[in-house]
Amino acid sequence: MSLYDYLYYIILPILSVSILIIFVRFIKGPTLSDRVVALDLIITTGIGIIAVYSIHTNQPTFLDIAMILALIAFLGTVAFSYYLEKRERND
Amino acid sequence: MKTIIFKTASSYLLPLLLLFAIFILLRGHYLPGGGFVGGLIAAIAFVLHSFANGIERTRGIIKFHPGFLMPIGLSIALCSGLAPLLVGSPFMTGLWYHNPIPVIGMIGTALIFDIGVFLVVIGVVLTIIFTISETI
Repeated sequence: MSLYDYLYYIILPILSVSILIIFVRFIKGPTLSDRVVALDLIITTGIGIIAVYSIHTNQPTFLDIAMILALIAFLGTVAFSYYLEKRERND
Repeated sequence: MKTIIFKTASSYLLPLLLLFAIFILLRGHYLPGGGFVGGLIAAIAFVLHSFANGIERTRGIIKFHPGFLMPIGLSIALCSGLAPLLVGSPFMTGLWYHNPIPVIGMIGTALIFDIGVFLVVIGVVLTIIFTISETI
């Protein structure tokens, strides 16, 4: 089994199933904080998919896009937590 | 926010992200990147700093209102468009200096236009974010 087969038949299905499971938590999530964490985890899994795709197509420039996506996901999580904290203080 | 980890990380992240933004800006002609994405990353650097340390300290770093970057960037972009008229080519023709410069690469009017876009995006995003944070 070559690396490409391993990526294609094992890693990608695991990532896809995990995105589905995280999406269930995103829909159900009792509080807003659960949804924020689920959204962050969806983006992180998406970064994994981009990394696998960049190995599969032999294009290292896709990794920079994954890096920028990670940066934006971090900013989103920080902003959500900032405003959640602010809202709790106001209530 | 009162987390010491985030505060310490943000003071190191700000120069690193600004450097990464300039790298993305300079690379943008042949590879993914360019003025818009570079400007977004530079704006994200300042926004992260303002979340960690409060908006007043970020304003102290920038020293002037970020809205002033918008007319500056637009006039730089317009100048890069008008430059080919001096040598008799049509408006916005790409002019290139033939010898590449070591770190920066090829210099041309497209790069100057991208620098204008970079400044405009930083100005717009920071103005929007600072205005929103003041009203909440």
